Amino acid sequence: MSMPDFLTFAALLAALLLATPILGGYMYRVFEGERTVFSPVLRPVERAMYRIAGVDETVEQGWKGYTVSVLLLALVSILAVYAILRLQAGLPLNANSAPAMSPDLSFNTAISFVTNTNWQNYSGEVAASNLAQAGGLVVQMFVSAAMGLAVAIALVRGLVRRSASTLGNFWVDVTRGVLYILLPISIVAAVILVWQGVPQTLNAPSTITTLQGAHQTLSIGPIASQEAIKELGNNGGGFLNANSGHPFENPTGLSNFLEMFLILLAPFALTYTFGRYAGKQRQGWVLLGAMAFIFVVGAIFLMHVEANGNQLFPAGVDQALGNMEGKEVRFGSAVSGLFATITTDTSTGAVIAMHDSLTPIGGLVPLFNLILGEISPGGIGAGLYGMLVIGAILSVFIAGLMVGRTPEYLGKKVESYEMKMAMLTVLVLAVSILGFAAVATATQPGQAGPLNAGPHGFSEILYAFASQTANNGSAFAGLTGNTPFYNVLGGIAMLIGRFGMIIPILALAGSMAAKRRVAPSLGTFPTTGVIFGVLLVGVVVIVGALTFFPALALGPIVEQLLQNAGKVF
Amino acid sequence: MSILESIDLSGGTRRFQRFGGRGKADGRGAPAGGAPGPRGILDPDLLRAALPESVRKLNPRYLIKNPVMFVVEITAALVTLIAIANVTGFEPVGGPSGLGFQVQIAIWLWFTVLFATYAEAVAEARGRAQAATLRRARSVTQAHRRTADGTLELVGSAELRRGDVIVVMEGETIPGDGDVIEGIGFVNESAITGESAPVLKEPGTDIRSSVTGGTTLTSDQLTIQISADPGETFLDRMIALVEGAKRQRTPNEIALSILLAGLTIVFFLAVVTLRPFGDFAGATVDTVALVALLVCLIPTTIGGLLSAIGIAGMDRVARFNVLAMSGRAVEASGDVDVILLDKTGTITYGNRLAASVTAAPGVTETEALTAALVASAHDETPEGKSVVDLARRRLAELKAPGGTDDEPGFKALTATISEDIPFRAETRSSGVRLASGQLVLKGAVDAIEHDLDAALPPIIRDETDRLADAGATPLAMRQDGRIIGLIELKDTVKEGLVERFAEFRRMGIRTVMVTGDNPRTAATIAREAGVDDFIAQAKPEDKIGFIRREQADGHLVAMTGDGTNDAPALAQADVGLAMNSGTSAAKEAANMVDLDSDPTKLLEVIAIGKQLLITRGSITTFSIANDVAKYFAIVPAMFAAVYPELNQLNIMGLSTPQSAILSAVIFNALVIVALIPLALRGVGFRPAPASELLQRNLLIYGLGGIIAPFIGIKAVDLLVTALHLA
Repeated sequence: MSMPDFLTFAALLAALLLATPILGGYMYRVFEGERTVFSPVLRPVERAMYRIAGVDETVEQGWKGYTVSVLLLALVSILAVYAILRLQAGLPLNANSAPAMSPDLSFNTAISFVTNTNWQNYSGEVAASNLAQAGGLVVQMFVSAAMGLAVAIALVRGLVRRSASTLGNFWVDVTRGVLYILLPISIVAAVILVWQGVPQTLNAPSTITTLQGAHQTLSIGPIASQEAIKELGNNGGGFLNANSGHPFENPTGLSNFLEMFLILLAPFALTYTFGRYAGKQRQGWVLLGAMAFIFVVGAIFLMHVEANGNQLFPAGVDQALGNMEGKEVRFGSAVSGLFATITTDTSTGAVIAMHDSLTPIGGLVPLFNLILGEISPGGIGAGLYGMLVIGAILSVFIAGLMVGRTPEYLGKKVESYEMKMAMLTVLVLAVSILGFAAVATATQPGQAGPLNAGPHGFSEILYAFASQTANNGSAFAGLTGNTPFYNVLGGIAMLIGRFGMIIPILALAGSMAAKRRVAPSLGTFPTTGVIFGVLLVGVVVIVGALTFFPALALGPIVEQLLQNAGKVF
Repeated sequence: MSILESIDLSGGTRRFQRFGGRGKADGRGAPAGGAPGPRGILDPDLLRAALPESVRKLNPRYLIKNPVMFVVEITAALVTLIAIANVTGFEPVGGPSGLGFQVQIAIWLWFTVLFATYAEAVAEARGRAQAATLRRARSVTQAHRRTADGTLELVGSAELRRGDVIVVMEGETIPGDGDVIEGIGFVNESAITGESAPVLKEPGTDIRSSVTGGTTLTSDQLTIQISADPGETFLDRMIALVEGAKRQRTPNEIALSILLAGLTIVFFLAVVTLRPFGDFAGATVDTVALVALLVCLIPTTIGGLLSAIGIAGMDRVARFNVLAMSGRAVEASGDVDVILLDKTGTITYGNRLAASVTAAPGVTETEALTAALVASAHDETPEGKSVVDLARRRLAELKAPGGTDDEPGFKALTATISEDIPFRAETRSSGVRLASGQLVLKGAVDAIEHDLDAALPPIIRDETDRLADAGATPLAMRQDGRIIGLIELKDTVKEGLVERFAEFRRMGIRTVMVTGDNPRTAATIAREAGVDDFIAQAKPEDKIGFIRREQADGHLVAMTGDGTNDAPALAQADVGLAMNSGTSAAKEAANMVDLDSDPTKLLEVIAIGKQLLITRGSITTFSIANDVAKYFAIVPAMFAAVYPELNQLNIMGLSTPQSAILSAVIFNALVIVALIPLALRGVGFRPAPASELLQRNLLIYGLGGIIAPFIGIKAVDLLVTALHLA
């Protein structure tokens, strides 16, 4: 890893730490309905939207009402996107003449964008019309991100409210998330991306003549706007198949830096919002500390192994640049490793390099990030609620007894009901990732998917279901995913990964909200210190590692060991 | 040594530090008057007695209540079947492992279950031994029941119902719990409390009117109204509780079981999917190896010991002569962060005792002390005795006649007394007339002042005011018309409480004193005792108001009480400890009853509650942390055939794949046995802030739990290899 790579990383962290309190505090004010800088402009719009939709913003919902609203919005969204994709051939704004998508691919794609996954078994430039991209998929990029934010805020409210029966109003939370948070930042980011050279047009693809005299079709479209929310909303669904590796999505080092910043911005800032709600910023900082620790260690490891190259390259290949297979020269091996870590640490799934071409042990990092359930710092909203439930609540429960009190978090007792819900979220990850991977490895249509044999092929399958279950959407690639088998199973995995988490988490929030709050004392389990941070990392990593170690051993780990012995797949 | 550390939590010797040197029996045997022999954790008799029971507990219908061990039992049966199928000549089922390996794994899996049921059986056996002595006291007795027309009929104690009125004669066993409504008599309660001195019982006194079934009336005759139906008496409940027969899992235990069941399912998934994953890699994964991995991963250590920990915790409370109505109450006591304590009897001895003697101007200290001694020599009240004690101690220091070490001098002094002048309300003083004719009197300052020849010296007046301000009671002494000095009587804080309250403060527990005294007196005692807060001039109903306020602020409150008017507060408190000497109403309302009627025991109960929770958490953490090493043992072994490169993960250097798997299984079983004493005794506990406790226990049980199995499995592997077992 070279000095510029290292400095890029350091500058990124510094920028994020600077932005965290600013955006975090701002998000708190937005969700608590306080006045913000955008209120004079956006408040009338917001009010008009409620009037049209018939929403009374003063009425709060209990956890059941909140959950039903989440599911309702998701269902309507899935149906709408499915309809657009199936009918896009005959709908307007089809400048690239995209044909109708197949039922199973439409099913997968609709779920993919509504669940904030953005798994793409299609090439955007040829398979999706501008209407489908901008009017269907990008809309969901905003809505699904706001949904994640809303659920996280609902959980936080549940944790901090005393003897309360409500968690807030979902419609209000989603609306505010889109209007006050996602839209303004996306607009600014899109303008910067346009400045950096990203196209923003509704024109048809342009055909040019290359220097060699050949004709080449350049896929252009409303890319900058999609790119901004793709990263900010942790969506990852690229306008173009090559995703952020394509120069039209991510032309320069600066645009790349901005994209990495946007990906991590909201998940980092949400921990600060949480601290505000908890009444003690340290409660948020300790979560961020644990998240950032896992992130930084993974990033440095991956940057290091990718920059180190591959000893099996033929003698003629220059190793100075590291393992450049599947990477863009303008980013380099280490920054590509950094991007791969960031995109899998969040639920983004955007890529600037082929994860399939990472060194085997390097490929372990994205895979490991995914199976942890993306909590370092995790997807927008999803990272916070994942960390709070799988991290904080589980840690407090396992180790909390060791201080001689029954477990409590933020003064709320963690009892059987909460444990049931927390274990459900852990189970959901395991069932969906391991279960579907097992089905795929054991059946003919599943075995037909992977491009490579042996452990690498296994990694491709495991990664596909980990990515979809974790609502990440990044592909290890190498897997032929656009088959009815993978489309349908993947669609189900995404649904389970999203709502199998959200439902128990909102139930837990409802139960916690109703509890009285135990006053803190010297005898209270400390959740603000370094020890708790260490415990969080320990529990998250051990629970994740214990669940998936055998599978990982059969995938990237053994592949690296075999590669060391000169065997490749 | 810390006071809490001095609680011998080994359960064996029951030597608890008492406060205030009341001379109560320390180190008694079992509550029911002394069980024979040593009762250590590893008492061979108990260990033997638990064996058949542990086999009985293998019944799947019983074991299904413990999902983790139930899964182990299924796997044990599965491997047994595989071995039988193998030996009876079927095709080798489930993979290439040999018969010897299968048989050994099967045996160790059965041992794993057996060790867990054994732990529970040992815990129960300890309780049962205690219950047996109690049960002897419960043997059916006859009772004289008063019928509607006032005559007495002879019925068996089992027929008595709540509300029945019975008459008990001298020498009879009291047949059931109740309240004395007529008569005064002494009752021997040693069957319950182990205290052999009989206790006076009389009606209407709130404290002294309740009697317990199984105790014996040693004098006179009592008429008693029965307050409990058969099977619900104190003894019955106590027996059921210590036996663990009616044991219900506590809320935290249930929550923990959910975590363990959840982890079991997760690990089941992780293991069961290895079959298709292995097939995909071209490796036939041996079923026996898969089963071994599953059993090693699921939290068998805590799953096997969880109920033993709970039973042992209840048992520790019972051995402390505290009857907890439920395990929930013991658990709640760990959570308590505010303790409400009565001043009198709990924080102070309740009697005003001599604290100092001040000589008047022109009087030597020896003279003043001698006068105090003489004036009180025949005073049999606690105050009087304490004056004599204090005077003699101080005289001994001054090497004057009559000191503690000078019995002849003391005799000589008392010999000068010719006549006692007892305390009378009109004179508000008492004392003696000496043979010389002189009067030596002590009494209320204004009463003594009245009979003085001269005005009270200003120094004495100031001192009088100072003592009164500080909440003490000054007594003046005169010899005829001459002022001799002042005796300071004050309510004394029990020994050791100051340190103990400080320890509780370190644990984040706030102590609040309740007293009827005026605020100034209350403040003085509060300062001396080191309590954090006090409620002065408290009326009984103030307690419940205070508890409600504290609970509304999110605190968990514990209190002790004995009177009927304490009952609502006892019921409101999260932990209410009633005194056995208290009324039935108080005992009904409380969730714990102290059979020794020692309110300071609340503090030990809290320590036991905390220790119970810490033990549970520590073994859970240890159990989960253990899994890391087991993966490193089993996963490389499992895929040794298809991916020999994975042997690089065999960082323990286990000799063969089969010995690796066998060693992990053996270690997993043995660790349960190794931790039985810890589960029964509880982990070491010292009062400290939560952050310190967490740091220490995480280091020992978290980090230790990761490291220990690496060493343990390696050691077993060396042994297995040396013995050519695999």
